[in-house]
Amino acid sequence: MDAAPVPRLQLSGITKRFPAVVANDGIDLTVMAGEIHAVLGENGAGKSTLVKIVYGVVRPDAGTIRWNGEGVTIDTPAKARALGIGMVFQQFSLFETLTVGENIALALDNSRGGRELDDRIRETSARYGLALDPYRHVHTLSVGERQRVEIVRCLLQSPELLIMDEPTSVLTPAAIGKLFVTLRRLADEGCSILYISHKLDEIRTLCDRATVLRAGKVTGHCDPRRQTNVELARLMIGHDLPHPQHRTASTRGDGLLEVRNLSLAAEDPFGTDLAGIDLSVGGGEIVGIAGVSGNGQKELAAALSGERLADTAGTIVVNGVPAGRLDAAARRALGLCYVPEERDGHGAVPEMSLAENALLTAYGQQLVTGQGLIRKRAVRAFAEATIARFDVKTPGPDATARSLSGGNLQKFIVGREILQGPRVMVAAQPTWGVDIGASAEIRQALIDLRDAGVAVLLVSEELEELFEICDKVAVMAQGRLSPVKSVAETNAAQLGLLMGGSFIAPDGVPAALAPREP
Amino acid sequence: MIEHAITLFALTLAAGTVLVFAALGELVTEKAGVLNLGVEGMMLVGAVAAFIVADQTGHAWLGALAGTLAGAALSLIFAVLTLSLLANQVAAGLALSLFGIGLSAFTGLSHVGHVIDPIAPLALPGLSDLPVIGRLLFAHSPFVYLSLLLFALVQWFLFGTRAGLVLRAIGESPQSAHAIGHKVIAVRYGAVTFGGACAGLGGAYMALAYAPMWTEGMTAGRGWIALALVVFANWKPWRVLAGAYLFGAVTLVQFQAQAMGVDVPSQFLAMLPYAATIIVLALISRDAVAIRRNAPASLGRAFHADD
Repeated sequence: MDAAPVPRLQLSGITKRFPAVVANDGIDLTVMAGEIHAVLGENGAGKSTLVKIVYGVVRPDAGTIRWNGEGVTIDTPAKARALGIGMVFQQFSLFETLTVGENIALALDNSRGGRELDDRIRETSARYGLALDPYRHVHTLSVGERQRVEIVRCLLQSPELLIMDEPTSVLTPAAIGKLFVTLRRLADEGCSILYISHKLDEIRTLCDRATVLRAGKVTGHCDPRRQTNVELARLMIGHDLPHPQHRTASTRGDGLLEVRNLSLAAEDPFGTDLAGIDLSVGGGEIVGIAGVSGNGQKELAAALSGERLADTAGTIVVNGVPAGRLDAAARRALGLCYVPEERDGHGAVPEMSLAENALLTAYGQQLVTGQGLIRKRAVRAFAEATIARFDVKTPGPDATARSLSGGNLQKFIVGREILQGPRVMVAAQPTWGVDIGASAEIRQALIDLRDAGVAVLLVSEELEELFEICDKVAVMAQGRLSPVKSVAETNAAQLGLLMGGSFIAPDGVPAALAPREP
Repeated sequence: MIEHAITLFALTLAAGTVLVFAALGELVTEKAGVLNLGVEGMMLVGAVAAFIVADQTGHAWLGALAGTLAGAALSLIFAVLTLSLLANQVAAGLALSLFGIGLSAFTGLSHVGHVIDPIAPLALPGLSDLPVIGRLLFAHSPFVYLSLLLFALVQWFLFGTRAGLVLRAIGESPQSAHAIGHKVIAVRYGAVTFGGACAGLGGAYMALAYAPMWTEGMTAGRGWIALALVVFANWKPWRVLAGAYLFGAVTLVQFQAQAMGVDVPSQFLAMLPYAATIIVLALISRDAVAIRRNAPASLGRAFHADD
């Protein structure tokens, strides 16, 4: 017989077709025992579909799965768990109103929680340095803690294969470091890890082998530690990345967007209160807001766009006009354009055509007559101009927003705002869930906007992105904003500390608000 | 004086029990994330089925069983429409109510005015005859005890068993529950059917013990109150119980006032229990955080595994 070790998991010829797209096309993948194996690819490359097939959530149309050398059919997650496969989901599959213990009990077959399980949770979480209190309700946990719940939940099933789907997208740099230590320890104990990501640096730090996917097909197997980012990116997107053109900042006209001591209680009971935010964005500069999501970014964006009104008019000044009590439409009239964090439902109405979506924010661009009637031809022309100028891949302005990929729809939304000739642009996570090609184009568009003298505020979780295009950067933590620093004067490690809230003085007053020395 | 208070207490329980059945059933349905607005229809169909069977066979308890089954059967129509065929739950539920109202009126037509042997209040030799205590505790309709048992059962099931935990999880996030391998549709079928059976039983209680008779539309909107009760009770069984008895108490006030000849239009008095229940419950359940913690987050939304 063959002396070579039997692979823990071997996929061959896995194919899955969805109505509009072939998500997986003849994919082969082999994972050995104790190996950390990366599946690398852009959004929409088919990574998530592939791991859902392994976990039994999605059934493949063709192909075979061998588990420890034996052919298996994994048609339910329960079956996957019985085999020893655990999965940590990208969008956490936790139940907010239940406790940590209940959440874990739900994933274990035939357990209803109780003291015995609580003890096992404490023991396992302590062993891997993932401290957890089984009695806490999940909605009170930070994102990092939630991920711990997911991981501990998998570990309690003593898995032989752990699937991690984009696990770091919600973590601070420090938390990522901790996670990697845990994962390495697991791998040393013989657990295989299938690590899904599109972040090249992480994969090069963590993984032993990588399988690269593009448009549903395998484009390469490699050892990521021996590859450069450029080589990996080429495998992933098929061509070299466009590098953004960067000119030095030339601030013109100070304070096109001014925020003065903005405090606002959250509307959402699980939201974050804003406390004493001070910020100034001048024409011709990009100011970045870093931070782990859930620290008030959403609330700040809503307050700036006019979705929520501030308590006094003077708290927010747009283009010299106190705008704190103005609604979104009035602020738009002052030249403030806004790219919301959520594409569906905020940035665009999925069921409506691109032309109609263009009209929703660009109605001020001579698209409506004085009597309130729509100038249909002008609307189409505006949408067509957006599509052409920002290279949106779509059949035309009559296509529904829903039919576009995330990246293309985002390009359309950003383009629609830019074509309105804003003085101030607020962009919240504009490249979230967008493939790297489109991300690069969106960043370039923001830089062009800056060069044209617009004040740009960019809220982003990706430090790489912030360092790439911003002139200044500040960090949000617990609803407060750190002092703004020039990008040249700071680095990722410093920002990482700030994200943990290091700038907030123990008495709750952010350092930025503490009395300054004369 | 004490005699009078005891009577009022007993009547309050009797009037509230209809709502206890219907609302507890709907609570379980909603905890699984399904909004069934067909409670009124299911109650009426339960009532008419119970009455007809009792009338024909002479066995009132057989009628109660029939009413329960009829409510469950009607809710199954709703389950197939919304869970299997993904119809809109609000529209399907409203249709179910209208259908139930019409169906019960039609089938019950030849039984209007009939007299049956009602299910009488408990009469335990010795116990029921005890002074004060006997009438306070041991002389109510068997349905009252049944409804309290149901309350204990629902409370224990939802918060003390694994199956209840799974049901609550499904109501919170069917996608997550599906992802970790729970059978969302099957559990929701169970929850809807349970809700239907309870509504049917509530109707049966009206037709066999509380009223006892059959008239068209005899539940008089109690199904709708049960729905409101669940929401305002913040999906907590004990609050449902309290709300139901509040409704019962105000119903009595109304009768007392009419009997004493208070000079208020009777329509206004008839409206009182409904208005009072809603207002009181709305006032005590204004806490947004508590609502979010208890409300099933997926309520009313169809679930479809994206396979």
